[in-house]
Amino acid sequence: MPTKTVEFAVGRTPEMGVDSRPAYGPLAPIDVAEPDIGSEHMLINIGPQHPATHGVLRLVCELDGETVLRVIPHIGYLHSGFEKLGEYRSWNQVVPLTDRMDYLAPLIYNCAYVMSVEELMGIEVTERCKVVRVILMELDRIFGHLLFAGTWSIDVGAFTPFLYTFQEREKIYSLHESLTGARITTSATRVGGMMADLPEGWAEACRKFVNELPHTLDQVDYLLASNGIHLGRTQNVGIISGEDAINYGFTGPNLRASGVPYDVRKDKPYYDYESYDFEVPIGEHGDCYDRFIVRLEEIRQSIRIINQALDRLPGGPINVEDPRISLPSKTDCMNDMESMIHHFKLITEGIHAPVGDSWFSVEASKGELGMYVVGDGGTNPVRWRVRPPSFVNLSVIPKLAEGHLMSDLIMINASLDIVLGEIDR
Amino acid sequence: MAEESPSGLDAVEEGPSASDPGGSASAGAGTLAPEHPTVQALRARFGDAVGRQEVGSRGQHVVFVDPSRNRDILEWLKEDPGQDYQFLSDLTAVDYGGGRPLHVVYQLFSMTHHRSLRVKCELPVTALEIDSVQPLWKTADWLEREVYDLFGIRFNGHPDLRRILMPENYAEGHPLRKDFPLRGRFSRAEQTRRALSQEVAAFYIPEEMEIGREPQLLDGEAGEAALTPRDEA
Repeated sequence: MPTKTVEFAVGRTPEMGVDSRPAYGPLAPIDVAEPDIGSEHMLINIGPQHPATHGVLRLVCELDGETVLRVIPHIGYLHSGFEKLGEYRSWNQVVPLTDRMDYLAPLIYNCAYVMSVEELMGIEVTERCKVVRVILMELDRIFGHLLFAGTWSIDVGAFTPFLYTFQEREKIYSLHESLTGARITTSATRVGGMMADLPEGWAEACRKFVNELPHTLDQVDYLLASNGIHLGRTQNVGIISGEDAINYGFTGPNLRASGVPYDVRKDKPYYDYESYDFEVPIGEHGDCYDRFIVRLEEIRQSIRIINQALDRLPGGPINVEDPRISLPSKTDCMNDMESMIHHFKLITEGIHAPVGDSWFSVEASKGELGMYVVGDGGTNPVRWRVRPPSFVNLSVIPKLAEGHLMSDLIMINASLDIVLGEIDR
Repeated sequence: MAEESPSGLDAVEEGPSASDPGGSASAGAGTLAPEHPTVQALRARFGDAVGRQEVGSRGQHVVFVDPSRNRDILEWLKEDPGQDYQFLSDLTAVDYGGGRPLHVVYQLFSMTHHRSLRVKCELPVTALEIDSVQPLWKTADWLEREVYDLFGIRFNGHPDLRRILMPENYAEGHPLRKDFPLRGRFSRAEQTRRALSQEVAAFYIPEEMEIGREPQLLDGEAGEAALTPRDEA
């Protein structure tokens, strides 16, 4: 029986490791008996219902032994026609559709949508609203990345980090709940402002949370970043070069892990992001491990941004004071004829948008989230298009997984950090 | 749609009122931004193939190009060092309804020059065909499949133009077209019947059936044939 020699190369260099903790060195080569099993290719169907596909994703794989020759992804199992539904709703009624797309970071989608509509209508929101939205978007970036770190560790075979990160996520759920009344389907934003201002004590609770989070991050980092099994399963797996990553449309942490410093917050700044002091973490090798490390570091940067934003949180109104855009207060409605008319017009008709189209993109937790809205002077969109970052990121999986082992495919899929609600829309 | 309840849905069936897409530069927020350098370069190089230009809200530049030359123009925009639009942010389409032309929208971004540009092609509803840009940007692979699926626009030269979000054997048309009713063309009963009567072919594309081949029978001649490797058979 022929044998083949298997070498486990764990860790890139002996010095590799985080915070000067040494990584595990290579193990001795092992001779493994290799039976002749012919050259038949095998078809393996993963999903649509499988925990490792992170949703309702189906991957049809062609295997040679345990090596993946080809992956054909099938999506659309969660298709709900959100973009079509949006065409039948007024501008504000679309907001609840947006958080159902990325239910792992709903506030970013709420904010991105209203920002694109405000761009189309030429509305300048108040300073307080800007800072509040920055806080909420960064909070949900942490929210999304914590879920990534948890499910990632489950996929790699570690259970404990999952518990740590989900404990922290629970605290963000509570923050969502006290702000919006909902834990996942937040629908917190409105065109020209927010559904409600921050409740009393929310800012303090948020600051308390971000101050305690680094402790948990260090624990996750300690458990995973220099763990030999983790390094062996993720380093040099699913490599993509920076040039290819751009051509394939990678955005967000996936692109930055390949060494391309493209971040919408820096390159097309919105909401005064240029005035916040934060770094954009860049990977070096473009493999699964770098995508993981980049996201961990991004959580730390988001904490910095939230702290700065909480420091500068200005007072004043949160909604624009234009009766054609923002609802008047309930008291005014009851006491003032004009306010009541505005309220009636806004509820029954909605806001009129100008003729034209507008493209707006923000840096979501998954990548560049673009919103393209087309108005025709009416109160509902002619077309509402979402440029879904996960959709484009997932389309690269056939290239990334080619030639890797079946178990690597699971890690590659986990490293892309997809959310199927937004892919299928 | 006799099964539908008649109340209140009439407006939904008709769809939103369509606008005039041919109108000049958009109203509202549009403030006139300085001339876009890429558009001038495009006009100098491609002449008549470059149509009108619009400036949307907050200086977003839109340029219309001849749909029959979209591939040349986009290739030049991507490859020319002075333009260098190496990132295709988005590719989508817009249907304005009322038999007016559909727009294919390319949203480009140049990381080197920090410029973005929206390129549009107008396609008449009678000829929904355009060249694929998949060879230029691999991003376009799935994005074009999505536009094909939801709008029915064919992309010539695309290597794998299949439906992506709707099922492969979906027979009701292209959902994001304005003439497509919100609840689909078939009745609920017919939709359920079709969903329940699917066969294996609905779940595997021909390419995958190739990999899977026939189920192996282990007795008799059929079994031997199945066990013989394909190249020798």
